[in-house]
Amino acid sequence: MQDATVKAATYNDKVVRQFAIMAVVWGVFGTLMGVIIASQLVWPELNLGLPFTSFGRLRPLHTNAVIFAFGGTALIGTSYYVVQRTCQARLFSDRLASFTFWGWQAVLIAAAISLPLGYTQSKEYGELEWPIDILMAIVWIAYATVFFGTIFVRKVKHIYVANWFYGAFILAVALLHIVESAAIPAGWFKSYSAYAGVQDAMVQWWYGHNAVGFLLTAGFLGMMYYFVPKQAERPVYSYSLSIVHFWALIFTYMWVGPHHLHYTALPDWTQSLGMVLSLILFAPSWGGMINGIMTLSGAWHKLRTDPILRFLIVSLSFYGMSTFEGPMMAIKTVNALSHYTDWTVGHVHSGALGWVGFITIGSLYFMIPRLFGQKQMYSVKAIEVHFWMATIGVVLYIASLWISGVMEGLMWRAMNADGTLAYTFVESVKAKFPYYFTRALGGFLYMSGMFLMLWNTYKTASSGKPATVEIPAVVAHS
Amino acid sequence: MDTITILRIFFTVLTFVLFVIILVWAWRNRNSVQFKDAQHLPFDQD
Repeated sequence: MQDATVKAATYNDKVVRQFAIMAVVWGVFGTLMGVIIASQLVWPELNLGLPFTSFGRLRPLHTNAVIFAFGGTALIGTSYYVVQRTCQARLFSDRLASFTFWGWQAVLIAAAISLPLGYTQSKEYGELEWPIDILMAIVWIAYATVFFGTIFVRKVKHIYVANWFYGAFILAVALLHIVESAAIPAGWFKSYSAYAGVQDAMVQWWYGHNAVGFLLTAGFLGMMYYFVPKQAERPVYSYSLSIVHFWALIFTYMWVGPHHLHYTALPDWTQSLGMVLSLILFAPSWGGMINGIMTLSGAWHKLRTDPILRFLIVSLSFYGMSTFEGPMMAIKTVNALSHYTDWTVGHVHSGALGWVGFITIGSLYFMIPRLFGQKQMYSVKAIEVHFWMATIGVVLYIASLWISGVMEGLMWRAMNADGTLAYTFVESVKAKFPYYFTRALGGFLYMSGMFLMLWNTYKTASSGKPATVEIPAVVAHS
Repeated sequence: MDTITILRIFFTVLTFVLFVIILVWAWRNRNSVQFKDAQHLPFDQD
């Protein structure tokens, strides 16, 4: 009985610790897979001639590992941390929360085994076969129950904006995952999509871009709205702007998927709709970025000395860059050049490494020491080094693929006076070699930074001990 | 004009009006005190 009372008065940070540690581990694993496949593009022999280690199998492993393993684990962990503290209530159910941790890790391990073995539904970011999809859906429903349950039992009246973003991310991912994964099983390890032809393609990219919009953006904006103010030690710049940011962003994102299908069998009006909504999306994206960056207004000097704040603020700069680049690439005439080239891959990584990676790294560096009863990470110097490794890594990565992509696009469309193609395809592949090398180098630097973070996390956790944080006794006025 | 076009126009106009309503509501003076409190929610813990 005593135990239960003590428990009710404290936050459940055990599950947050588990998610936080695993987020770092998966971050190392996911970037390692990325570096391996980037190196295979430079030195193809690195596929070892084995099916399990070939590019086609490791590439989905890399994307699943960084999106669902690193990103997903970090999102669930931080959302549990944030929702408890902004609702001043313990997680709705300890058992269910624990189930979400072990269930989610089971999904990820099943992915890490089944993808190299070649089991796939062949849908981008939705490769996992149907039994794993079902487990994922069950875990997600449990996660939604814990999160919204905690909001339901909150002790403050207002639901803080970060929770709105996390909530939208949870609901949208459930919807996307269930619709995208609809398939007819043909045995335990094989299934056929429930959709055919261009509808299948449209469902795929409705899912694919909303995975970017709701998992990789809305979820991480939830992180941004809590951890940027906390680390900057000042409230978010404009709460009014955050409300408009939320509604505008979630309304607009749902429609932009067709920009992945320009100049295909998809009806023209759908392509135009996707393009126009992608252009509109620029406004809420930048509204959110400005709100985050301006939170630091009057305290810019903190950037000189605080590497965690630097991670958080630079992440917003990359967010701004990629949400400017994205709408531009969605314009049909620009897309005619950029589509199917490395430019797209570079764009994705400016968002993934720059925005998603940096905001997560910054948030974890804030959270981990507090979870282990420490004031700061074991080595602040190592965070500083990590910041520069990651920054140089991202810049090398995106600059090289930008050059490579534009060059490749121009080579494909170049024609001789008589109307024949100026270059063969293999000439464009050969021309990309130096840029692929630079990209692999950038990725290697970024990955090395993640290894440094793993070491720093281990040292912080082992020199501290799990902290128990009490829920404030006085109920907040709002 | 066929029904589907009319519905599309209606939906487009409706969502834009909703957006304007949200915009006006978010910057209404009456809400400013409540938003000030809400802004400080992450710090009530410390």
